Amino acid sequence: MSDDGPAITLYRLQACPFCERVVRKLQEYDLDYRSRFVEPMHADRNVVKRISGKRTVPAIVDDDTGMTMSESANIVEYLEKTYGEDRASTDGGAA
Amino acid sequence: MVDFEVVDLPEADYPEAGETAPDFTRPLVNAEYWEDVSLSSLTDQGPVLLVFYPMDGAFPATYMWNEMRDRAWGDRLTVVGCSVSTPYEHKTLIEERAMDYRLFSDPQNGVAREYGVENPLDGMAGVEEARPAVFLLDGDRTVEYAWVASEWPDFPDYDEVQDAIDALV
Repeated sequence: MSDDGPAITLYRLQACPFCERVVRKLQEYDLDYRSRFVEPMHADRNVVKRISGKRTVPAIVDDDTGMTMSESANIVEYLEKTYGEDRASTDGGAA
Repeated sequence: MVDFEVVDLPEADYPEAGETAPDFTRPLVNAEYWEDVSLSSLTDQGPVLLVFYPMDGAFPATYMWNEMRDRAWGDRLTVVGCSVSTPYEHKTLIEERAMDYRLFSDPQNGVAREYGVENPLDGMAGVEEARPAVFLLDGDRTVEYAWVASEWPDFPDYDEVQDAIDALV
């Protein structure tokens, strides 16, 4: 909607534990993110399909890295590697 | 002789032409998802028509959005609604009215109260909603035109709103 928001957009479903797992990780790393809530019915999630290729949530888009991902385990792993304390030593190459 | 009852609503103290409309942030619902959006982030992009309306499903909501959809005001400025209905109900309304307009969800009616257009409902204990109201805002959130229902039910003078839009954009 607006282009001046946070780099990370989280597509989520209300009361979805997998989504909350990602939220906890985002909050743990104090990352700025925006939440976009979608419908429980998979058929009504075309926006998620468009960005990630699947209709599952959670899904995130990280404009800072150009990364789009689904599946909470993958997302948590990505956040740990990119923003966690054990991020790869090769990180920061763009700086 | 008219034998039905049109209720007079009490005087409303709302932002009038020339005043600055209060900013707020609420979930803004489109056809696919909702996210928190501020009114000022919309006015930053140009004029906005902010429309308060009764809860989704009540006939005035249907009538108002049919008319505003058919007038295609969205081609000329940002048109957004605000009601006490949940994002799920807003998605249904957007789909059923087949409209491009987005709707703020304000179940606690705080935005309507901030604008002085709240309407407590007789026979629905503990429930209030917005009375129908239209605010045309420029890019600084200055009110260019304001109309607030003084009766219940009551509908905007759409031609008058359109004249105000014509004068602004």
